[in-house]
Amino acid sequence: MSLATIADGVVPQQNWLDKIGAGHVILGTALLLYPLVGSDFFLTQIAGYSMIFGVLSLSLMLLAGYGGMLSLAQITVAGIAAYAVAILGSNNSNVLGFGWPWWIVVPFAVAAAAVSSALIGWISVRTEGIYTLMITLAIATATFYFAQQNYAIFNGHSGYAGIHAPVFWGIDWRDPKPFYYLCLGLAILSYAAVLYGSRSTFGMTLQAIRDNPRRMRALGYHVTAHKVFAWFLAGILAGLAGVLLVWFNGRVSPGTIGVDVAIDILIIAVIGGLRHPIGPFVGAIVVILMQTFAIDIVGAERFNTLIGLVFLAIVFVSPDGILGLWGRIKPHLAQESLRAGP
Amino acid sequence: MHRRTLLALALFTGLTAPSMALAADDTIKIGLLATFEGPFTVLGEDGERGAMTAVAETNGSVAGKKIEIVKGSSDASPDSAVRAARKLVEQDGVKVLVGPLSGDEGLAVKDYAKTKPDVTFINGTSAAQDTTLRNPAENFFRFSTDGAQWMAGLGTYAFKDKGYKKVATVAEDYSFPYTQVFGFMAEFCKAGGHVPSKSWVPIGNKDFSSVIAAIPEDVDAIYVALGGADAVNFLTQYQQAGGTAPLIGGSITVDQTVLTSKGKLRDVLKGTPSAGPTADTNDAPAWKAFVDAYKKQPGAFPSPSLFAHGYYVNMKATLLALDQVGGDVSDGGKKLREALSKLSFDTPTGKVSLDKNRNAIADIFLTEVTEGSDGNLLNKLVKVVPQVNQTLGIPEDEFMKLGAVNRDNPSCP
Repeated sequence: MSLATIADGVVPQQNWLDKIGAGHVILGTALLLYPLVGSDFFLTQIAGYSMIFGVLSLSLMLLAGYGGMLSLAQITVAGIAAYAVAILGSNNSNVLGFGWPWWIVVPFAVAAAAVSSALIGWISVRTEGIYTLMITLAIATATFYFAQQNYAIFNGHSGYAGIHAPVFWGIDWRDPKPFYYLCLGLAILSYAAVLYGSRSTFGMTLQAIRDNPRRMRALGYHVTAHKVFAWFLAGILAGLAGVLLVWFNGRVSPGTIGVDVAIDILIIAVIGGLRHPIGPFVGAIVVILMQTFAIDIVGAERFNTLIGLVFLAIVFVSPDGILGLWGRIKPHLAQESLRAGP
Repeated sequence: MHRRTLLALALFTGLTAPSMALAADDTIKIGLLATFEGPFTVLGEDGERGAMTAVAETNGSVAGKKIEIVKGSSDASPDSAVRAARKLVEQDGVKVLVGPLSGDEGLAVKDYAKTKPDVTFINGTSAAQDTTLRNPAENFFRFSTDGAQWMAGLGTYAFKDKGYKKVATVAEDYSFPYTQVFGFMAEFCKAGGHVPSKSWVPIGNKDFSSVIAAIPEDVDAIYVALGGADAVNFLTQYQQAGGTAPLIGGSITVDQTVLTSKGKLRDVLKGTPSAGPTADTNDAPAWKAFVDAYKKQPGAFPSPSLFAHGYYVNMKATLLALDQVGGDVSDGGKKLREALSKLSFDTPTGKVSLDKNRNAIADIFLTEVTEGSDGNLLNKLVKVVPQVNQTLGIPEDEFMKLGAVNRDNPSCP
């Protein structure tokens, strides 16, 4: 178990396979080859969409899993990036739309998201536990209603339409296969970054702050600054996901950043499990598959009930989400430690 | 090593199950997109009843092929409508799609339709003006009329027959109520009336006190274009605040979902004039037959809502056109779209045909709320406005000069 060995601080001579982990190699290869078998619908609507929401939930997992800060405002942060793309780039809603090229728009959008995330963090780090949840919910709701009623910047209920993914190197990046690889690239990068970051000095400090902020403060660490920086990093992830989300939908409206979506993000993180960065992606696939196909299983009247029941069942069987479920089954399959990753 | 490997395998197998189920030759798949979740769930379910009434009339088959209805659900937001439409078209492989229900959804699905020229889109009840008027999609058809058409005759009636000179408006803040206010004001302002104040409230608003306070005291009436719970909340609070001005109703403000509510609200609602594509007391035999057929659907209202009506008309048109082309959509639906463009047929509410933008020309009903013999509130038919077109009888170039509907257009303070 390569990751466990690193976490334990016992670093034997490693070849590259051990360093990356065979599971990662197999998973990565499978995902790279997936377009050979997957239909266009599955590539974008299921796989691409799941990876976008996976990255979004990953930003929540980073805050909640390592920092102990449960946020409902991640979709708001992504929404800021999405609206920035619509406003700074071009749209066909005849409102704003500066028509800047994508390589200027994207850094701006992500920076705007990261800074707003840091601001939200700066406000909410004064609180803990359920109060963080409440304050971020308040921010998410306020932003939703502001976007819905503001016409000068957000164009109200209908929002912005006609936003196109860039075309360069002769490739339209919204075509199913390129878009899939775009999402996959972002997912792998963010996953690796969070995995690496969790074992960096900053990551360890953040986890220590989560476990005992008072002691860390006594040791001379600036607790607030560390937490706000974690929000900033989470904002970068959410912002990148927001850019892909607006390219995916081709449009953004208050419905994109509604409270129900904010709760979906939380559900994804909880269903997947907050202990390891793979959790949000597993959760995203389960949730997206359920939301897409539940209507085919039980019909239009009760499909939301089925979705709710499945989520309830997962949380009931394993409070740690699907990852936790795996942690319970695994000892029966192999004689390994129960500890998951970091 | 096992854990990660197995996890990877599990993910991989889960994602390599692309079920591209193709329709067999003897069935024809029709997508049905409506709001089965969110604030308009009740309306969406009634829309489904309407569509299924049309399917039941042909015994579930058309041109010898069995009809298979594949349902998609949205929550009235444009994003969810496009997502559901994508699933129906790209995963379930429908070539004909009926829907969506709400205004902004229609605008979004029209944009999506442009990217799928081989699929034929027929509207549900979405009634924003620009779904068909400006920048329309070649493959999007609307056999139900738009929100401005639904208001035909109401502005003139309010000014001339009711004698209202000054009217304030209260409406929800999105494209469909804009279109309704536009339709009302187009006539009302032209007749000489004034609208000094327009209030726009978000969907699902609960507290209307600030809106009520902002209504000028000297108005003769209030034009209300709110739907479902929003209408009930506003009317109750307005009455409790001591408001006495008479009301003028938008098409979905005084429908059965609001009229069946209990309390003092009923007294306020009596005598409210409104207009729309249906009237509860329509005596025409075709309407009565439709009401009977509709009532056979599970959970039906005493009288079909305009959503049931709209979905019925659009589904009926779809089935008639499919019948004409022998259920053949193998040519990318080209023949079907030709048949749809030329289609003209008798609905329960009169003759319907399409204009060059594929938007319906149909009869509109001017109504007034009265108490029926059994104590229920009903929309009594006052007048039929025959064959209203999308430009409300105004020449097209003149109509286009009025500009796109939004919060500030039209204006006659």
